[in-house]
Amino acid sequence: MSSVEKPQIPAVEGWLRMDEADPSLLGTRCEECRTVYFPPERTFCRNPRCAGSSFEEHPLSRRGRLWSFTNNCYPPPDPYVASDPFEPYAIAAVELEAEKMVVLGQVVSGVNVGDLKAGMEMELVLATLFEDDENEVVVWKWQPVAA
Amino acid sequence: MSDEIAVLGVGMHPWGKWGRNFVEYGVKAAQDALADAGVAWSDIQFVAGGDTVRNGYPGYVAGATFAQALGWSGAQVASSYGACATGAQAIATARAQILAGLCDVALVVGADAAPKGFFAPTGGDRPDDPDWLRFRVLGATNPIYFGLYARRRMEIYGATELDFARVKVKNSQHGYTNPNARYKKTFTIEDVLESPMVSDPLRLLQICATSDGGAALVLSSMDYARKHTTDPVTVAGVSTVTPQFPQTVIEMPNFATDSAATQPLPDTPFKDSIAQLAYEQAGLGPEDLDLAEVYDLSSALELDWYENLGLCNPGDAEKLLNDGDTTIGGRIPVNASGGLGCFGEAVPAQAIAQVCEVTWQLRGEVGDRQVEGARVGLTINQGLFGHGSSVILKR
Repeated sequence: MSSVEKPQIPAVEGWLRMDEADPSLLGTRCEECRTVYFPPERTFCRNPRCAGSSFEEHPLSRRGRLWSFTNNCYPPPDPYVASDPFEPYAIAAVELEAEKMVVLGQVVSGVNVGDLKAGMEMELVLATLFEDDENEVVVWKWQPVAA
Repeated sequence: MSDEIAVLGVGMHPWGKWGRNFVEYGVKAAQDALADAGVAWSDIQFVAGGDTVRNGYPGYVAGATFAQALGWSGAQVASSYGACATGAQAIATARAQILAGLCDVALVVGADAAPKGFFAPTGGDRPDDPDWLRFRVLGATNPIYFGLYARRRMEIYGATELDFARVKVKNSQHGYTNPNARYKKTFTIEDVLESPMVSDPLRLLQICATSDGGAALVLSSMDYARKHTTDPVTVAGVSTVTPQFPQTVIEMPNFATDSAATQPLPDTPFKDSIAQLAYEQAGLGPEDLDLAEVYDLSSALELDWYENLGLCNPGDAEKLLNDGDTTIGGRIPVNASGGLGCFGEAVPAQAIAQVCEVTWQLRGEVGDRQVEGARVGLTINQGLFGHGSSVILKR
């Protein structure tokens, strides 16, 4: 995390547990069929066999296995706030065993495509997405679990 | 069969970066399709427009714009948008009108004038739109998703960058003489592998460009067709399926798949289900196809489609490609038109253009890219947010 004194805010309100020691994505779970959703569903269960409409918060597993990965060699267009000069970064799709779902995320700075292999264990961490005049905007990123 | 309709005419405006209004491309394609059909515009009873997007809404709400440009005739109209699958939605709408007996003859038109570079969402601060959020939070451009699928093939099937490059080379050899193609040149393996990396393992020449272009069809009932021709190409199946829950393959523009922890997996994964419905309607299977036009948004994605169509088993697509089976002259030529590798993508026109190509192929009218003796062809694509698109044509 950066050392500046700006307040830290999540990139998307309500998606992140902003605890550096125990960060997590905040999904929801249908109280009827127990299906987990991320991004969080809060109104109607999307399982067509369930009429549920009540949800409890459900933090997702922090670790999973790398399903696939790629990178951005060029800056993405707005509304992405790209670093200047732009530094390519990797994006990972990570499969969470308990939830049986695949979740995308940027890979931490300094880990490139050449360092990654499908099946690797990955861990979610908090990192800076960008800073503006008022805030440090924080996002989840995937990081290989040190062997 | 009573649930078939006829393709009486097809027309296209060449793909390119022409810098003109999309209406012009659509009208030119429509006029060509009407002339090809031998049907007067004033006889068209129904217009199905594929929508382009302007400022986040269907630009000029397309069907009526084309009808006005062709000259108001009082025809009934519908407009469709399904991202890359837009054309199939317009075709499905016209077909339903015809099969229901609500009209005899319909015009389907789609055209686009595309911005340069990465597709990007409409501006503003719109965190309730997943398409806006994926750019904001991940910087996940469309090639990011294509790159994830390509890398997955490498990791689980041992596919190589060379395999992906061969798709681009094949398609360029198929399409470089196609008068409607944008890239009228052949590329070598070296050209592809020396082009800049965009989203590893995909390089610039393996990723579909954004293009201008227009395509149109005149569709009719079989009774109407018999007054114009004795041996029309027919539409035997149209699929516009959505996924079934839980959808377990990460899909544009989503952040995550559905969870499969509590619910049984569907019998058929989404991308396999797209062609499956078209096959069922047509009473045909992959073994009956003489050619296929598939959506090579990336060169690697073409290989996924081989498997989704049932042309080979999962993991065997590279072998099918490298054995020459999907090259013109092979067992099941894929993207004889040159595909998106030669065209780039004009979103609302592309699925219609696929049908134009198969129609010309089944009529034996395409010259040096002809698939000899073709009688059955299939088109397939997929639009973001979960839009399937597949059409089976036969003669």
